[in-house]
Amino acid sequence: MSAPVLEAWNISKRFGSEYAVRGVSLTVEAGTAVCILGPSGSGKTTFIRCLNHLEEPDEGYVFIEGEPLGFTRRGDVFQQVSRRELPRQRRKLGMVFQQFNLFDHMTALENVTEAPCKVLRRPKAEAHAAGMALLERVGLADRAHHYPRELSGGQQQRVAIARALAMEPRLLLCDEPTSALDPEMVHEVLQVLGSLVAEGMTMVTVTHEVGFAREVAERFVFMEGGVVVEEGDARNLTTTGVTEERTRSFLAKVL
Amino acid sequence: MRRNVGTKVLGVLAAALLAFFIQGIARNSAVQWRVVGSYLFSGPILTGVLRTLLITAVAIVIAIVLGVLLANMRLSRNRVLQAVNGIYVWFFRSIPLLVLLIIAYNFSLLYAHLSLGVPFGPAFVSFTTTHVFTALTAAIITFGLQQAAYTSEVIRAAIMSVPPGQVEAAETLGMTYWGAMRRIVLPQAARVALPPVANETINLCKSTALVAFISVPDLLYSVQEVYSANFKVLPLLVVATIWYTVIVSVMSLAQWWLERSMRIDRRVATIAVTAEVLR
Ligand SMILES: Nc1ncnc2c1ncn2[C@@H]1O[C@H](COP(=O)(O)OP(=O)(O)OP(=O)(O)O)[C@@H](O)[C@H]1O
Ligand SMILES: [Mg+2]
Repeated sequence: MSAPVLEAWNISKRFGSEYAVRGVSLTVEAGTAVCILGPSGSGKTTFIRCLNHLEEPDEGYVFIEGEPLGFTRRGDVFQQVSRRELPRQRRKLGMVFQQFNLFDHMTALENVTEAPCKVLRRPKAEAHAAGMALLERVGLADRAHHYPRELSGGQQQRVAIARALAMEPRLLLCDEPTSALDPEMVHEVLQVLGSLVAEGMTMVTVTHEVGFAREVAERFVFMEGGVVVEEGDARNLTTTGVTEERTRSFLAKVL
Repeated sequence: MRRNVGTKVLGVLAAALLAFFIQGIARNSAVQWRVVGSYLFSGPILTGVLRTLLITAVAIVIAIVLGVLLANMRLSRNRVLQAVNGIYVWFFRSIPLLVLLIIAYNFSLLYAHLSLGVPFGPAFVSFTTTHVFTALTAAIITFGLQQAAYTSEVIRAAIMSVPPGQVEAAETLGMTYWGAMRRIVLPQAARVALPPVANETINLCKSTALVAFISVPDLLYSVQEVYSANFKVLPLLVVATIWYTVIVSVMSLAQWWLERSMRIDRRVATIAVTAEVLR
């Protein structure tokens, strides 16, 4: 039996003396999508950033295909890895941000090919071809030579997805990928993400799009106050399907 | 309408004054234009020009490289690095450039012999500092170190103008901090830092005239050497003035050209304006 793609054990993160996340665990099997919901300030962003150590957890461990992120395991002893090693481990996790975070001085295609060329040292022609295929995949082949400022929000986010996919991650983390978008652009981004899951991509998404979550995700996790209040089958994400009162009142607000 | 007339009158007056001034210099027999012409491209003067350019170029490169390091120290969360940066900037901003220059020059006299080897033991290599650490090297290092204190602040501001989310995105793509700095942050920061750094380079170039105090044969010193022999002070100072003006003009042109070629979003701006107009 192979290890799950991602396993988070008891993740806690404090800012000052306040816990933003307290003892959250999560297991994600290959080819499944998990969505995280919760009111503002519940620690969703902090938790998902702990998963790739953009925030270093104060407690707990993250395992990527059995390998502890930020550590090497010698028997039962965990040893902190060097600063050079963490970037190598992190490559297995792609990330899509709420604010896209495209590189403003590069075209869409350059955004996608930069890391394969410079980090994986792929030949330029090969990275170029792969990059064009990915832009095609997100429906933006004709925008390959445009700069981020020349693209709409939805197009930028799709370039950001292509950029993350270019590193061939085992898991895609998305933090509210459509929250910064105008309503008419939400659909195009969700469609791309949905088709990725349909093709077997493993994904953890923070989202308020309950319809999308029900349709695409296998499981949901509802957080509040830095802890998991309820988790279950994403198809049950209705006011009558969930069991916890707090989940129900949250859903009543967003649905 | 009346203000318009006033502006025109003022403009004419200013032009007339400028014409008188230029004519005054051009006709002034003390300037001796023929002497100016004969020295403008003479060997020692041209060597001086090159030396001035050399000091400026190497010093600004040192200042930029060191400035990037210092800026990153200041931006790091490490208190020790922050403190090192703070002390560096405080020290080099406190001391007049000329004083620093003379100290660096005397450094070479204080430590006449630099030895490489076991401390207190036999020296493997021993050489005279004044050869290695010549006045020219002392000058270049001094200008570079002091300029770095100022340039680092410009670079820090430029780095901070790049959205931090882009560094995080780079890190999730497997780049190291310095990889992201080099490929993502600095290319964008350069565009912001270019105008002030160009300004500093021009200032630095003129400050290099101070090396005459420690007998480095730069442009000014070469000119002084000539006129202390033939007493044609004014014509030779005009020679120096012409060269400084030419150098600064070329630098300004280079700045203009660099700024233009770096501004990739000019095209974007045009598109945005067109869209606005069409709407
Ligand atoms: N860098 C930080 N420094 C201090 N406090 C922070 C920081 N980041 C988050 N917090 C705090 O941690 C808590 C959780 O924040 P987080 O951003 O994870 O919530 P969230 O669920 O993503 O909210 P939202 O839905 O608004 O994005 C909040 O109380 C927030 O104020
Ligand atoms: Mg958030």
